[in-house]
Amino acid sequence: MNIIGKRNLWFAVSAVLIALGIFGFSYNILVRGQAMNFGIDFTGGSITTLRFEQSANVTSRLAEVRKVLSSFHFKESVIQKEGDNDVSIRTEPLDAEIRTQMMAELEKTFGRVELLEADTIGPVIGAELRSQAFWALLIATIGILIYVSFRFEFKYAVAAVIALWHDALITVGLIALLYRSVDTAFIAAILTIMGYSINDTIVIFDRIRENIINQKKGKVSFSEIANTSVLQTMARSINTVLTVLVMNVCLLLFGGATLKDFALTLLIGFTLGGYSSIFIASPILVMLEGSLGKPTKKPS
Amino acid sequence: MRPVRIYNRKIMGENLIKLKILGGLALVALSILIIYNLPLTLGLDIQGGTRLVLEARSTDSVKAGDDAVSGVMAVVRNRIDALGVTEPIIQRKGSNQIVVELPGVKNPEHAIKVLGETALLEFAEAEWSPGDESVLTQEKVEQVYGKGARLDKVISYKNGERESERPIIIKNSVLTGADLKGAWPSVDEYGNPVVDIEFNAKGAGIFANATERSVGRPIAILLDKKIISAPTVREPIPSGKAQISGNFTIEEVQDLVVQLKGGSLPVPVDIVGTKIVGPTLGRDSLDKSKIAGAVGFLAIVVFMILYYRLPGVLAVISLVIYFFLTLAVLSVLRTTLTLPGIAGFLLSIGMAVDANVIIFERLKEELRLGKNIRIAVDVSFKRAFTAILDSNVTTIIAAMTLFWLGTGTIKGFAVTLIAGISVSMFSAIVITKFLMDLMIDWKMVDSADSGLLYRGFGKK
Repeated sequence: MNIIGKRNLWFAVSAVLIALGIFGFSYNILVRGQAMNFGIDFTGGSITTLRFEQSANVTSRLAEVRKVLSSFHFKESVIQKEGDNDVSIRTEPLDAEIRTQMMAELEKTFGRVELLEADTIGPVIGAELRSQAFWALLIATIGILIYVSFRFEFKYAVAAVIALWHDALITVGLIALLYRSVDTAFIAAILTIMGYSINDTIVIFDRIRENIINQKKGKVSFSEIANTSVLQTMARSINTVLTVLVMNVCLLLFGGATLKDFALTLLIGFTLGGYSSIFIASPILVMLEGSLGKPTKKPS
Repeated sequence: MRPVRIYNRKIMGENLIKLKILGGLALVALSILIIYNLPLTLGLDIQGGTRLVLEARSTDSVKAGDDAVSGVMAVVRNRIDALGVTEPIIQRKGSNQIVVELPGVKNPEHAIKVLGETALLEFAEAEWSPGDESVLTQEKVEQVYGKGARLDKVISYKNGERESERPIIIKNSVLTGADLKGAWPSVDEYGNPVVDIEFNAKGAGIFANATERSVGRPIAILLDKKIISAPTVREPIPSGKAQISGNFTIEEVQDLVVQLKGGSLPVPVDIVGTKIVGPTLGRDSLDKSKIAGAVGFLAIVVFMILYYRLPGVLAVISLVIYFFLTLAVLSVLRTTLTLPGIAGFLLSIGMAVDANVIIFERLKEELRLGKNIRIAVDVSFKRAFTAILDSNVTTIIAAMTLFWLGTGTIKGFAVTLIAGISVSMFSAIVITKFLMDLMIDWKMVDSADSGLLYRGFGKK
């Protein structure tokens, strides 16, 4: 199988995925007014999650919840069901007093209400998070560039970083398309994806490095060596991703609501990570080597 | 890169095997001992509680610099201790923020109020306003009573109802809460809740002088620049003892005592973030994560054994050891276990078998080259090592960035990830290797064609 040779096909697949993400961003901006479903971690605000008694049957009475809350004249409020008896209410930042009043009002209509979680974030923190996220991604990228350059060569580092940005970018795009809420944990997920997706890429590069050393006096082109290496490591590339995905799917299926979006982001990212190490990283390395077909010299 | 040196490993002696097995078992036993004796602290998102982000605000006179923020932290710590919260976490974040985590606090609103108020207690010399205060401009007040004087009013209450208000001129403040020796809740002669205070030696001296100067006039007691009472001084008070009354409830008196004992904040703080987690949600999520982990673990076990057969079984054994070792490492590091932390740990289980997969796949290749199984095992471990090391280091680099970026829950996730990856290298390279050697020395598998190996292990 010639994976390197068919690289335009893989690049096309990735281009489609990236385009999907860009479509998601554009659609969100035009229709919903923001590129992604930014959580209060980014925008500031309050989310209050309440558990109602089962007999209140609250999830089918969200309109009534909305009516009760209308007396508080929140600038904007989003009411969502979170489970059979749980409802989350997103508003501008609330102080404790108003929250207590709000719960008291709801109790008049629905019976006992239990506070599951209340999260209030001022706009300052949101702005900080955005800049921190930017720096974290930059620093992680630089760290990986330096390490891989040091252990391999600069072009390997560039190829690896392109592949992991590919994964991160598409993941962000798809999450935007699905309009899932993004918060601090999302940033953590993206960084984890970057850290893990490079794993398989390195395994392949390690094999390329080894095959170059072991090759017989420069008869084989770099592109052939890369292709052989990808094929030789294919089973492990797939299996390593598979074991992590298994755990990931379990988290998504059985884990608590708090971790669902986190697990979904990782699931998308890890899958892409497996794909990109095989189909993106090595072809890019070959292109960077600029020697498609040319024999490669043994590194001295 | 140096070529791999191939040598023929000697068969392990029986004593060496016994020693290694004993060592392994001791390690697991030690881990379990640690896990039981140093139980992991559960994060706020699991056990419930309140998380606050305080931000120090600069004032005209004091900048919210390092000293001020350290001062705020000390005061906040004092107040939390006085509230009786066990195992609070108080962390500096960035240049002017403080993250406070109060596990299990049942009445978060109360904690927010007590911690967030500056509680600057001031005693100021004062005078009742002489007459029609409507003609008094700020300029005139300063002209007559000295610079800094201002017009205010004392509101008196009866049975909690606002009864009357009386204009007062607040002159210079002479004493602050910094000169207090102690504060206690008490009641006055009518049974109303009040706070008894006592000044330290310096404060007592100043207070004695001030009361001497003010006989027949009021001394205003202000909390955060608001007048709480303005008793008229009948005679000088040399003892340094005083009583603060001001239409308090018992709870307010208790809170004020906590705040006065802890000292006032050197600069005001804003609460820029709060997170309250009720106990139900955390328990729910913990239970669900356990189920997810158990199912995922089982699935990985089944996959490894079906796909890799005996080596798969060995990988599962090291995975179990990995499980205990990592938990023990996290215990020793006194990590707080948060929900993302649990997710990180579970994912690291999936990643921990990666190293085994890399080695086994390599073994398959070496066997296909027709190598003797003993040599093939050695070579595959050696060759796989650089791949495992480099790939894990890059993941750790990303996790470290996460640690640097994150606070609270995200830090927990990063720590579990880093610990997990580090332990997984040990378990795959040391433990699985030993078990594989054992498998060969005990002749459980003597050729690449053995049915105990994956079908493709020896075939081209």
